[in-house]
Order: sequence, then structure tokens, then C-alpha cells
Amino acid sequence: MSEERFPISVTVNGEPHRLDVPARLSLADLLREGLRLTGTHLGCEHGACGACTVLVDGASARACLMLAVQADGRSITTVEGLERAGRLHPLQQALSERHGLQCGFCTPGVLMTLVELLDASPSPDEAEIRMALAGHHCRCTGYQGMVDAALSLSGGG
Amino acid sequence: MKPAAFCYHAPRSLPEALAILEQHPEARPLAGGQSLMPQLNARQVTAPHLLDLNRLDGLDGIEEAEGCLRIGAMVRQAALLRSPLLRRHLPVLVEAAVLVGHVATRNRGTLGGSLCQLDPWAELPLVATLLDAELELAAPSGTRRLAFRDFAQGPGRNALRPGELLTHARFPIPAAGTRQAFVEIADRPNDPAEAAAAVSLRLGAAGEVTSAALAVCGPFPMARRLPEGEAMLLGWRPGADPRPLVSGMPLPDAADDDRAAMVRVALRRALERAMA
Ligand code: FES
Ligand code: FES
Repeated sequence: MSEERFPISVTVNGEPHRLDVPARLSLADLLREGLRLTGTHLGCEHGACGACTVLVDGASARACLMLAVQADGRSITTVEGLERAGRLHPLQQALSERHGLQCGFCTPGVLMTLVELLDASPSPDEAEIRMALAGHHCRCTGYQGMVDAALSLSGGG
Repeated sequence: MKPAAFCYHAPRSLPEALAILEQHPEARPLAGGQSLMPQLNARQVTAPHLLDLNRLDGLDGIEEAEGCLRIGAMVRQAALLRSPLLRRHLPVLVEAAVLVGHVATRNRGTLGGSLCQLDPWAELPLVATLLDAELELAAPSGTRRLAFRDFAQGPGRNALRPGELLTHARFPIPAAGTRQAFVEIADRPNDPAEAAAAVSLRLGAAGEVTSAALAVCGPFPMARRLPEGEAMLLGWRPGADPRPLVSGMPLPDAADDDRAAMVRVALRRALERAMA
């Protein structure tokens, strides 16, 4: 069966792409399989685990619940877009220093959520950080290291 | 690629959307996708036609109209939180919206999607039940208005006719001096509620309750009002202990489980908070 394809223009981590996508392709699968950006992880594919979280025009979204065709005209940031000139984003650095990850499966999504949080309010307190992290499941490390990392960058922390 | 293949439509305008629905009455409207996409991914739902409303113009505004806040069906749950109009006139809806899902799901999830989805534990239908919201349902022949209580027919079941789309919801702006509160009980703040209660109380000159609305969810098939409890509240005064009132309140059709106890706790807290 040949499926209808839809032309989209999407910017991913600052780079413009023109692509033809089938309607049922998820944004997550476009990123991972189409663009080989495998940092965005897929855990549950039904919106529960948060591993696939990316930023769409700066706002976090579950990439497993968005169609690639819906990304037309938008700017997507994935975990690969966080480092600058070969240096880790301060949050990546802080997570690593504060033991905020172990196997790393949940980490890309966690990072995107915390980046959004710190962009929106530069001084979140612990309760706000925990509330934001509530949308992520980590099966290894637990959340304390993540909270510590975010607090270390919070103007109020 | 996980969902079964579907024909994809992304209209730009309401007339265009309604024309597509007329042609394909079986098309599934896709709003924020935070409930439908998981079902499509798991193939619990298959849709031969998907009508994506995310490119539609004109369904994402919040305005004052005829004593109501008229909210577009495609207003994101995150936008409810940021709306100065809502904060001023309907803080109870903001209190409820904070508890819907997580940041990332609120960024996509919409008011209209939640009102059509009618999950039994969902916060926004509970507020629509509390405030007697009215919905605007558009069809090629014109728009009809329907009370939310007639729209919500059961868990996951709404009164949309084939070819109709929910375009706006109208929430009455409470009279000055009305006290409202929303309280939910969940394992974690953003998990689905085990039980929730919302109250709206109007006070008379002497501070006594002159009219009351109570809406609850949890041990019920879906959100419901408690008319007997509302009658019991008349004449009640702030500062009085709500416990005897709440423990004596009939909970018609409640499942006989822990959630019935939790709903009473939520009710008591909501009354205390409204009266604080
Ligand atoms: S993979 Fe998207 S939320 Fe789990
Ligand atoms: S670090 Fe392994 S799941 Fe979070």
C-alpha cells in the first residue's frame, strides 16, 4: 500500500528541513528514524513516561503524541540541540555532577522539561521543580539528583 | 509508525472543517491529541479519517460575552492558566486546569478535547458541570447551543451529532461575592484524581449561603452534581464546621469503595477553602 505523503518544512535544532511524511508518522519517529536524532527516546508511546519530550516552538510536547505533519512550520528542539560549540548545556553538566541520571533513558525528556521550566521562571523552587518532573518516569536514579541539579541553576537555589 | 493508516485532513477554517465532516461523518476530530493519539498509537481506536483541528482559525480565543467567558474549543489547557480574564473571573477553572496532566500535555491538550472526551476523573468537565457551562455545537446548517449536562451523556460519550463540532464553551461569570473552590485527591498532584469536588457558593447580606452548587467525581461513572447536598447548604454560614453536613450528604449512585470516603474529604476541603 502506498500511503499519501505530506510535504512539511520543519526546523530541527536550528536546521531547516523539507520532508515528505506519511500522515501517521509520529514526530518522535520522524526525529529518530527520519533524521537519525536518536536522543529523543520512546518509552511508552502513549504520553505517560515523558521520555520523548521535545520543545515545539519552545514549549514542551510529547513527541509520541504529535504527528510529524503537525510539525510543519514549527521549530523543534531536541536534546541534541542543547549543547553549544561542543560544550554541555549547563543543565546537562549539572545533571551529570549531581548524579541526576543513571541509564539515561529518561534523561533527554527530563532535560527538555527542565530547560523549559528554567526559561519560563529562572528561579523555580523545589516544589515547582518536582511538579515539572512529575511528568517523567525514571526507573533508575530517582528524582533527588534531578531536583538538586535544577536547584543548583535556579536563581533562588 | 504505529497507528493504522488514516486519511488526514487539516482544514484552515470552520466551514472547511464542517464540509469535510459532512463528506466523512465518521472522521475523528483531533484536538490536542493527548487522549486520542495514545489510543490511535495502541490501535484501541482506528479512524479511517482524521480531522486535525490544530490549523483551524478562530477557536483559540477567550472573550467576555453575555455574562459568560466564551472559550474556544482549541484553547490549550496551558493557555487557560495564563489567561488574565480567567484569573479574574473564573479562578476555579484555573485551579482545576493546574491539575490537568503535566506541563507537556497541557501545552497541547485543549479545553474542547477534554470536554468531549469526558474521562470520568477529568477536571475540566467537573468545572463545566459545576458552573452549568453551555456549549456551542456547529454544523453546516448552523450552530446550536446545548447545556453541558445534556452534552455529557456518560464516560466517553457526548451528544455530538454526526457532522457537528464543538466550537466554544460558555462559562457563566459568577456574581460578585461568590465563593468557589476546587479540590482533588490523587496519588500525586498530577495523577488522575481518585476523587475531586468543586463548590460554588453565593452568600447573602448576612453571610449565609443563598445558593450553592456542588460537583463531584471519583466514585461515579462521571462528574455529577449533588442536588440534595446543595439544598442542605442553604443558610449555612462560613465558619460553621462543614463536617456534619458533608458526612450526612447523600451521594447518589456512588460506588461503594474508598473513593466515596475520599469524595467527602474533597468536599469538606473545598467548602473550607471556599469559605476561608
Ligand atoms: S514515549 Fe512519549 S510519553 Fe512515553
Ligand atoms: S536514569 Fe534510567 S530511567 Fe532515569
